[in-house]
Amino acid sequence: MTSTLIGLLFGLLAGLAIALAALFGVWWERKVSGRIQLRFGPQQAGPAGLFQTLADTVKLVLKEDVTPAAADRTIFKWAPLLVFTPVALSLLAVPFATGFAPLDTGVGMLLFLAVPSVSVLGVLLGGWASANTYGTLGGMRGAAQMVSYEVPRTLSVLSLVVVAGSMRPTIVMGAWRWWWLPLFAAGFLIYLISSIAEMNRGPFDLPEAESELVAGYFADYTGIRWAIFMMSEYGAMLAASTFGAAVFLGGTNGLPGALGVIVLLLKAVAITTVVIWVKWTFPRFRQDQLMAFAWKVLTPLALLQLLVAGIVAIWL
Amino acid sequence: MTIEIESRRSVTDEAGRGVDELVVNIGPSHPSTHGVCRVIAHLDGEVVVKAEPVIGYLHRGIEKMAENRTYLQVVPLTDRLDYVGSMYANWAYCRAVERLADIRVPERAEYIRVIVCELQRIASHMMGVGASGADTGAFTAFVYAFDIRERIVELFELLCGARLTYNYVRPGGVSADLPDGWIEACRAVVRAAPARLRELDDLFFGNYIAAGRMRGIGVLSAEDAVAWGATGPVARGSGVPFDLRKDDPYSVYPRLDFDVPVGESGDAFDRGRVKLFESIESCRIIEQALDQIEAGPVKASGLPRLIRPRPGDAYDHIESARGSLGVYLVSDGSPRPYRMKVRSPAFCNLQLLGRLAVGHTVSDLVVILGSLDPVFGEVDR
Repeated sequence: MTSTLIGLLFGLLAGLAIALAALFGVWWERKVSGRIQLRFGPQQAGPAGLFQTLADTVKLVLKEDVTPAAADRTIFKWAPLLVFTPVALSLLAVPFATGFAPLDTGVGMLLFLAVPSVSVLGVLLGGWASANTYGTLGGMRGAAQMVSYEVPRTLSVLSLVVVAGSMRPTIVMGAWRWWWLPLFAAGFLIYLISSIAEMNRGPFDLPEAESELVAGYFADYTGIRWAIFMMSEYGAMLAASTFGAAVFLGGTNGLPGALGVIVLLLKAVAITTVVIWVKWTFPRFRQDQLMAFAWKVLTPLALLQLLVAGIVAIWL
Repeated sequence: MTIEIESRRSVTDEAGRGVDELVVNIGPSHPSTHGVCRVIAHLDGEVVVKAEPVIGYLHRGIEKMAENRTYLQVVPLTDRLDYVGSMYANWAYCRAVERLADIRVPERAEYIRVIVCELQRIASHMMGVGASGADTGAFTAFVYAFDIRERIVELFELLCGARLTYNYVRPGGVSADLPDGWIEACRAVVRAAPARLRELDDLFFGNYIAAGRMRGIGVLSAEDAVAWGATGPVARGSGVPFDLRKDDPYSVYPRLDFDVPVGESGDAFDRGRVKLFESIESCRIIEQALDQIEAGPVKASGLPRLIRPRPGDAYDHIESARGSLGVYLVSDGSPRPYRMKVRSPAFCNLQLLGRLAVGHTVSDLVVILGSLDPVFGEVDR
């Protein structure tokens, strides 16, 4: 009984956190991209356009929820949640404060890496169920891409586990020392790149490539269901950047309570900014280049990083 | 022509294997069809087996409409041909009228025409390069290109009040002289532009991913470029140094010193980059023209209100941003053209799409279409 309640409470909190992250994330992205593109970004709604996303959300919620006539209705309607839920669940394993994670288990690292992969199903099914050629192509691309980038991403996090000697994220965060920065520089870069690919953001946004596939797997989605896909993207960005900040960049630096959380979040915002910066600077990869990059560059590099981590772990 | 709807068909490839061919209609309403083009793409997985451009969605019958208007009234129609480079269509048409009716254009008007058309070339190429950026997902490159374009459009707004359809070049000259201070404003824009263009070159063409997306994509050999009547940056990207400003010099171009940049490989990358270098050359041309321009009339004297050319025909062409743009006029002695025909470079270049796209992926198809840089107002007319 109590565990159900705790579960519900967490679900609510995770949903809220992702909604807030999406609200802030969209605004931040529009501001940063505006500056990159010789513009100002949103200015009118609220101070510095802060309420712009809120207004957009209201618009999206009020929009008609259209299901295409040819679509597989049940799958079409549930696919957005199949993308969103795993992303929300992955927040369970993120150490948000010193010695605290919502679900502090001994396999937290694995949980964080494995659970969001289920999103692939949602992307694939959503694209397929739309009965739209662009949607199908986008879903297929998404599946191939997300499965491929899982490998270097897992390997890069694994090298941390080897040195820290634990799969519990709070312990890994606690074990962080400054020399992890040079040691895991390559690993962090691999983690960052493959995380961007995992969340389908530019330059890896092939599944939704606007200029080719219109909007890819969510081309036929409207209103709130479309918004759920968007929110999953920003949720994944929140999860990936806080987790990255926690385990690669020292997280809370052992600072207690709220101070530690603030330090962690600042680092996460910095990572998010880099992710946005990359998206608005680079063109998009092509499918074959994308796969070649994952298997021929990132995976060998991640294996090398794991080897180095192993040697260091013996020497420790 | 039969209209195919999206379908999956089973066909067999050369080796006799069964292949599921997917027919996708890209456009006419699609983010990167550069207007209203529809491409029927036959796909094997993501690889294009056959690509067929379907045109005519923007057909307004401009050539026919011209037959019912006086020679002066046709000028606004030509604005609507290549709507990202209206000055060219104005000029090509006016040259044909002037040839037909033996009108001598004052020197100052010729200089003004060269200046505005070279500005237009930069503006049009920025649209092309920027669209290539948007096609490959580099939206920031698009915005940077449009920033350069915007400065020029502002100059045109000072000049004639319009930002898109200028109706500025008229038979016998231009509609009005340069406003006060325009030459200084133009000089400032042209001085600042090369640095901005090089910045865009670094940002977009210097990018590893962009080069990977465009190098070796849609290769057009020099022989094919000539055989298929490709002109403009499409031909020059393949190394064919054909430029009417050099090969059939008109107006005051012989007095101006400039180079014609050509590409080597004939791929989408070279076609795009040629446009950027041409824009830098255009800045050189404008600077020289601004130095050489002298005071004088901007309209031919003694021009009748209603131009009635002798019966006969005339053809004249100029180098537009997209290639050689020609206008053929037939007169029966009345104040209206008996027939007008536009030789549209965008139309001729677009026919290459089906050849260039085969064997590449859908992502490349979009890049190839962008590199051919068609404007559908001119393709469909």
